[in-house]
Amino acid sequence: MTTLEIKQAVKRYPNGALAVKGVDVTVEDGELVVFVGPSGCGKSTLLRMVAGLESVTEGEIVLDGRLVNEVEPANRNIAMVFQNYALYPHMSVYKNLAYGLKNRGTPKAEIDAKVREAAKLLQIGDFLERKPSQLSGGQRQRVAMGRAIVRDPAIFLFDEPLSNLDAKLRNQMRLEIKRLQRRLGTAAIYVTHDQVEAMTLADRIVVLNNGEIEQIGTPAQVYGAPASTFVASFIGAPPMNLLKAQTGDGAIVIGESRIEAPVRANGPVTLGIRPERAHLANGSGGADGPPMKVDTVEELGAVRLIHGSVGGQHFTANQSADEPIPGDQVRLRLQADDLHLFDHGTGRRL
Amino acid sequence: MSQDQIAVTGKPVVPAAPSASATGAGAFVRRHQIVEHIVLLFGVLLMMGPIAVAFTTSTHDPVTIHSEGMQLGFGDNFLPTYEAVIFEQTGFTKQVTGWGMSLNSLILGLGFAIGKIIVSMLAAYAIVYFRFPLGTLCFWIIFSTLLLPLEVRILPSYEVVQGLGLLNSYTGLILPLIASATGTFFFRQFFKSVPNELLEAARIDGAGPFRFFWDILVPLSRTMIAAIFIIMFVVGWNQYLWPILMTTDESFYTVVRGIRQILQVWIGADIPDYNEALGLAIIAMIPPVLIVIIFQRMFIKGLVESEK
Repeated sequence: MTTLEIKQAVKRYPNGALAVKGVDVTVEDGELVVFVGPSGCGKSTLLRMVAGLESVTEGEIVLDGRLVNEVEPANRNIAMVFQNYALYPHMSVYKNLAYGLKNRGTPKAEIDAKVREAAKLLQIGDFLERKPSQLSGGQRQRVAMGRAIVRDPAIFLFDEPLSNLDAKLRNQMRLEIKRLQRRLGTAAIYVTHDQVEAMTLADRIVVLNNGEIEQIGTPAQVYGAPASTFVASFIGAPPMNLLKAQTGDGAIVIGESRIEAPVRANGPVTLGIRPERAHLANGSGGADGPPMKVDTVEELGAVRLIHGSVGGQHFTANQSADEPIPGDQVRLRLQADDLHLFDHGTGRRL
Repeated sequence: MSQDQIAVTGKPVVPAAPSASATGAGAFVRRHQIVEHIVLLFGVLLMMGPIAVAFTTSTHDPVTIHSEGMQLGFGDNFLPTYEAVIFEQTGFTKQVTGWGMSLNSLILGLGFAIGKIIVSMLAAYAIVYFRFPLGTLCFWIIFSTLLLPLEVRILPSYEVVQGLGLLNSYTGLILPLIASATGTFFFRQFFKSVPNELLEAARIDGAGPFRFFWDILVPLSRTMIAAIFIIMFVVGWNQYLWPILMTTDESFYTVVRGIRQILQVWIGADIPDYNEALGLAIIAMIPPVLIVIIFQRMFIKGLVESEK
């Protein structure tokens, strides 16, 4: 079953700026879909259109089989977690959780039961009488999620909920959000600009750029077969190496070396190689790939990043820490499966 | 032995020489504080001195005050003076006591302050949260009325109040004054600083415009309300010209008018009741001072706790 369908959604601001340019997304039951993209790509706008906080210029938003374009946010059966939590500062945690239910006219006993259940689930039972200002960042985050959970919505909307937390807490809360969402089995949309969050949380990732969808797919699909140079450079850290190259006669030419092309192409292309798929061979032993000039080596503990250039263009390779540190000149050993070819002009995958 | 160590021990870091020992820094702090205290005490003396002298003088009888001037020591006339001030009928028609005048002032002060807060909060709410045609223009028109203080528009105001038949009534005293450009401006600035996400969260939580105002904005504005209440109450309590024009009936006399009245009535043949005038002035001071003390606590508490 489909929880949410976004059909050809367009958002045009009164000043004529197009924030979302005709987007189609579906969210299945219990699925966690992540909208990811750089700032200004329209991901938050799209989420706010689903929430009802932004009007829909064109297109349809269908939630649980009901067209909700003109429905007030409170009546859409959604719940939202904001970036800065947006807890009511003058209300206790309990009242923060209960406020929405109270406004819906839920009986007191039922409110109490729901609030206590959510508090137990999120381990905030001890703080119910405290004010948000007396809580730590992680606890506030939990309260914000609690406020979403008690509403028992058809879909959760997360708007960069972890960006106000420090790195360690972020990883912990990321895992908690995922577990919680699995456990509740409620569909969710999660907006982030952090590709690591997107990769780790998502059932499916929607990569947005400039108000348009670049690619929709599982994390593995988006990572393994990026649909464009934009996706290739956005997903993965360090990003995929993108080299300008020539093709012809079933081969790719970079500088003076030739590699067998995985797909048929002619003329200029962009060649993408993930850093961890670029194996280095010291000296010339056994490798027939293009030569790489090494200039900097970064140690990251388990792995090491080798920065340098291939055919005069910047190139980064990833090497396991057990391997020997390469000299100034190495050759790359590449496999045809690891090569991604993109159209030189449009940046689309070939 | 360094500034860092001083900071660690919890003492205020002062720009003492880095080599100064802890006790040396302590002595420096004490000397510093003594100077500060002298300055503060001087300020207190300057402001409280006249009030103290007014109070001591009010405990003497009018003859002493008339012949010898202001008195620094206490006299033996405290009880009779204050009894007369509070309970004796004064004024031309002998209709009003000091107590009655205080009540009138209180009604004016409270009505003035509460009315202004309600009207300006609602106006600011409309301006900040609702998009209506010419909203910004409306705000600037309200704001420009700051250029027209009461004294400038006193004739048309009188005309309107008289036309409505509200002369000699509390409504006539209070109602024309409860629009406040200052209050509207303060609340507008405050509402603009409330994060937009709160409004959005409230919308998702099903709070309509009225609920959002009452459940979220009003509690968040507590400190602003307290601050504006202090200012407006004191302004209302101290009104002099406006009550003179709007009320002729002595039963509507306010304390501030009463002080003047005591000196005026017996001028000529008799010695004015200086002691009673000063006593009434002291009494007139008490409620505003109390209001400031009570609300100042809430005000500071709110400032310290404030969290948006």
